Amino acid sequence: MEPRLLLIHYLREVVGLTGPHIGCETSLCGACTVELDGQAVKSCTMFAVQADGAKLVTIEGLAADGKLHKMQEAFWNEHGLQCGFCTPGMIIASKQILDRNPNPTEEEIRHGIEGNICRCTGYQHIVNAVRAAAKAAGA
Amino acid sequence: MIPQEFEYSAPKSLDEAITLLGRGAKPLAGGMSLIPMMKLRLAVPDHLADLGRIKDLSYIREHSGSLLIGATTTHYAVESSALVRSKCPLLAETAANIGDVQVRNRGTIGGSVAHADPSADYPAALQALEAQIVARGSKGERAIPIDSFLADTFTTALEPGEIIREVIVPIDGAGVGVCYQKVAQKASGFAVVGIAVRIQRGGEKLSMVRVGVTGLSNRAYRATHTERALEGRTGTPAEIEAAANLVAQGVDANSDIHASAPYRTHLAKIHAARALAKALARAE
Repeated sequence: MEPRLLLIHYLREVVGLTGPHIGCETSLCGACTVELDGQAVKSCTMFAVQADGAKLVTIEGLAADGKLHKMQEAFWNEHGLQCGFCTPGMIIASKQILDRNPNPTEEEIRHGIEGNICRCTGYQHIVNAVRAAAKAAGA
Repeated sequence: MIPQEFEYSAPKSLDEAITLLGRGAKPLAGGMSLIPMMKLRLAVPDHLADLGRIKDLSYIREHSGSLLIGATTTHYAVESSALVRSKCPLLAETAANIGDVQVRNRGTIGGSVAHADPSADYPAALQALEAQIVARGSKGERAIPIDSFLADTFTTALEPGEIIREVIVPIDGAGVGVCYQKVAQKASGFAVVGIAVRIQRGGEKLSMVRVGVTGLSNRAYRATHTERALEGRTGTPAEIEAAANLVAQGVDANSDIHASAPYRTHLAKIHAARALAKALARAE
C-alpha cells in the first residue's frame, strides 16, 4: 500500500469500515478514534503502514455475539448522543477511560474525552453514560 | 487532506535509523506534530524513517540519581509510570497535561523535544528539571543541556544526521514540591502559557527554585530572575508575587490570535504566582 495512506482512509475506503468518521482531519475532533493494541488513537493522524501487525478495533468490533458492548448499551440508555457523528470515536475513547480506571470521577471522565468533540449534547449525557457503564460493570 | 508522496522505511535499530538519516530521511516518532504538518503540506519530507519499530527506544529507567527516558516513550507511558510519578512528579504531571488522551497514547518525549514547538508542554518541565538530551549520530553520542538544545522556534541544537536517544531528568526526593500549570489553547490544547516549577525548602528558607516557561516566547526558557528573587527567601505570598512578576523579564513575548503579547505576559505572571504557591504548598 502507499505509505501516505492514512489509517482512517485505509479503514473506510479499503476495508469498508465506515464506523470511524472523518470530522476535522486535523487531529482535534476525535471522530476517527479507533483502538490500536488497546490504546485509543486518532486514525487520521497515523499512516496505515504504522499499524502493520497491530490489533485494531473500530466501533464495528465492540459488539460480541450480537450483544452490544456495555459502553454502547450505556450510551443508548443514557441518550449519550444526538446526531451520532462523534459517537463511534466517543465510545472508543470512553471505553479507554474504564479500561484504565474502572471507577472514574466526573473530572476524570471529562479529562478522558477531552480529545473528542461533540457539538450536540453538551457532554453531560455522555458523562452520564460513562458513569452508568462503570456502574454496570461494577454491579 | 493527503500528504505528498514519500518513501517509508521502518528501521529495526537506532543505528539503522541513523544510517537512513544520513541519506536524508526524516525521523517519524509518534507523528502527532509531523503528520498534521505533512497533511497541510507544511512538511514535505521525501523519506520517513519510522522509529516505532525500534523496540529498545521506549523505556523508563532509574540510574544513579536520574531517570533515563527513551526517546519513543509515549506521554501516556510517562504520565502513568509509577517510577516517574514518585521520582520525577513534575514530568508526570506535565505529560498528563499534553494534548488529549489519543495524542498522549501516540506522542513521544523525543518527538516533542525534537520538534521544539514554542508552545509545547514538555520543554517547560525539562527546563525546570535542567534535563539533558542525549543525541546520537554517526560519530557517537553527546548529552546536550536542554537550555542549549532548545535553540529557537522549531529549531534545536541537533546536527543533521543526529537523533535523540534519551532524555535524562533528575530524581526529586521528598521535600521537593512541583507544579505544572498552563492556560491551554481551547482547540489544540497547546499552552498559550505554561509554567513548570520545582521548589525545595532547606529549613526556613527556599534552597532551590526552578521555573520553566513555555508558550510565552520563541522557545521555552528558565525564568532565572524569578528563581533568584525567591531563593534564600521564606516564600511569603508577597515574595511569591514579586518573584512571579519577574517571570517575563527580558523576554520578547509572542503575539498571535490566541493572545496578544501584553496579555500573554500578564497570564505568565498570574500563573507563575499560582504555580509557585502550589509547588511550595506541596513541598511542605
